[in-house]
Amino acid sequence: MKHLLSINDLSRDAAIDLLNLAVEMQQVNTRDIKKLPALTGRTVANLFFEDSTRTRISFELAARRLSADVINFSAKGSSVSKGESLKDTVQTLEAMGVEALIVRHNHSGAVNTIANSDWSKAVVINAGDGTHEHPTQALLDALTIRQRVSGIEHNGDLTGLKVLIVGDILHSRVARSNLLLLRKLGAKVAVSAPSTLVPATIARYCDEVYFDLDEALSQKFDVVMMLRIQSERMNSAFMPNSSEYSFGWGLGDTRFSKLNQNTLIMHPGPMNRGLEISSKAADSKQSAILDQVTNGVAVRMAVLYKLLAQEKKND
Amino acid sequence: MTNQRTIFRNAQLADGHVVDIAVVGGNIEAIGATLDLQGTDINCEGLIALQGLVDLHTHLREPGFEQSETILTGSRAAAKGGFTAVHAMANTSPVADSAAVVEQVFALGQAAGYVHVQPIGAVTSNLEGKQLADLLKMNQSRAGVTVFSDDGKCVSDSLLMRRALEYVKAFGGVIAQHAQDPNLTVNAQMNEGALSFELGLTGWPQVAEEAIIARDVLLAEHVGSRLHICHVSTAGSVEIIRWAKARGIEVTAEVTPHHLILTEDLVKDYNPIFKVNPPLRTEKDVLALRAAVADGTIDIVATDHAPHTADSKDCEFGQAAFGMIGLETAAAVVQTTLIETGLINWTRFQEILSTAPAAISGLSRHGQQLAAGNAANLTFIDPTARVIVGPESESKSRNNPYLGLELNGQIVHTMFEGTFTVKNNQIQEIHND
Repeated sequence: MKHLLSINDLSRDAAIDLLNLAVEMQQVNTRDIKKLPALTGRTVANLFFEDSTRTRISFELAARRLSADVINFSAKGSSVSKGESLKDTVQTLEAMGVEALIVRHNHSGAVNTIANSDWSKAVVINAGDGTHEHPTQALLDALTIRQRVSGIEHNGDLTGLKVLIVGDILHSRVARSNLLLLRKLGAKVAVSAPSTLVPATIARYCDEVYFDLDEALSQKFDVVMMLRIQSERMNSAFMPNSSEYSFGWGLGDTRFSKLNQNTLIMHPGPMNRGLEISSKAADSKQSAILDQVTNGVAVRMAVLYKLLAQEKKND
Repeated sequence: MTNQRTIFRNAQLADGHVVDIAVVGGNIEAIGATLDLQGTDINCEGLIALQGLVDLHTHLREPGFEQSETILTGSRAAAKGGFTAVHAMANTSPVADSAAVVEQVFALGQAAGYVHVQPIGAVTSNLEGKQLADLLKMNQSRAGVTVFSDDGKCVSDSLLMRRALEYVKAFGGVIAQHAQDPNLTVNAQMNEGALSFELGLTGWPQVAEEAIIARDVLLAEHVGSRLHICHVSTAGSVEIIRWAKARGIEVTAEVTPHHLILTEDLVKDYNPIFKVNPPLRTEKDVLALRAAVADGTIDIVATDHAPHTADSKDCEFGQAAFGMIGLETAAAVVQTTLIETGLINWTRFQEILSTAPAAISGLSRHGQQLAAGNAANLTFIDPTARVIVGPESESKSRNNPYLGLELNGQIVHTMFEGTFTVKNNQIQEIHND
């Protein structure tokens, strides 16, 4: 594996290896001196064409903890806003000797375009491309589930677990990557959403579909993952309005109170509190939302280490 | 053009007869089994002689986008592909929505001298879909425009479409509709389906084409006008057109070569070469479109030759321009997909690529039967050739989706108004003073 563009780039075993590597990285993150020399002298670039704070700083921290030099390139305030093409931007970073490009882009497949081009020899890591995928988010979610849900056999995967993903399945890159990864790891994954926000072909990508969230929640899932709902979905007639969304598909206090206390609550952030999730649910003991953030750094360290220190050595 | 005689010896007509064809000046002088005439003999044994091919849907990009194509380079690509007439789409800059622009395009086509360049006029001013363009003036101009289209955009307003259909009826015009409901295709990038979800690309649902076609055939019936549907891409559209024809509605339809051979799977690596509008569809659609050409539901094949610069394809899929070039490969794609599969014969091939498109447009010197006295617009194909498509092209652009594909058949000679534009597979230099 040279790049990480999609969960499809990972076999089941490769995914488990990455999760195990992330566990080792977690141990680094609990030490007083949170640093490994693995990527000393290597340069990675955060190439962000779309606003993102949490993913960018998570990758930045991960790279720094591996002692890499990190440069941040964001479309705002860079030459992209002056109309520079993706090709020119990537070639410029290539000319500066950047070895890994961590790319967030508003166009689906922009990471594939870079990886398939002859613009750069750099390793490409997908940090979220359009409505396509966000593979490191799925990996950190899988790690969080593995560590927080009790009763998982120690074969490293998620066999037998039931996960429900709730929200904008149609446009969510988090949902796509999670559907691919969690099922690859043996979990049963269901989705719940308004019917305008699931594709007609959803049956091939998940185990169950519930248009009715209350019916779904009565099925006792081990994990309920709430997705962020974008306000622009209300404007293009996917939903009447946000209060209707909350009414039908939000994890409000009433639904939360009926939930089994062992059910893990997740959200990739940033949350719209009071819209798709209530504060009571988000801040509860069974919420894993902050663990997800913590694990994000470890997972991204594992990905950088794997692609830059291990795979490159094998060239 | 000289008055010397050229005699094509032993060429096979579409109907299978082997004949000699004598050309003097711009016309066919004689045609017969063995002509006892003296002149320059061209041995055409093994070649199929057809009426010069006619493309009803070509983007020549001039004026305004000369970095992608000019009327000269596009004309040369057309000749290389066996065409003797092309219809230049109106989405230039300025838009071909006035007599001045269509006359300029027409004159530049004559000056190039490779094919008859017949301008298509815009239906609405500046393709804005708000008010009708100068349709009568364009028709009465030296360019004699009969086909009107906002291609690239749909005439989506029902009332405007109704009026356009009614208005051009008075002078025998036809509206060529780019059927795409704009509200259903906001930011659409590829065919809507399982693959578009997997790739996270906004889908272009088939219903966005079918709903407009259904509306427009009913409008055409209501006002008793002629309607042409550009680049039909779905099995459902075929069903609607079949129904409309059975009902006696005057509708004609075209399919592009790429929709007869390529499918959406090609998009999976986000290669913008395969980004086109309407998008590549599924295998089921491809098979339905082929069958529709064979059974007459679809009347013609038209290229939708859409040249784009390398830069506009060397970028993110979502940023890339829609369209692919296709003049030089059209005949080979049709032979490969329809003749080699046994769906049609050469007579039907000649109808869909010459007779019928010329008839829709009302061209007088194209799409005519090969007969003494008729125009010497001729195409000679070697049907046994197998060619691996390479990057070389007479077009100024290289957005060719067929690179590396092996196709059947090759254009050997093209003759436009008695002058060779292609001879022995080579483009000829035309010096038009």
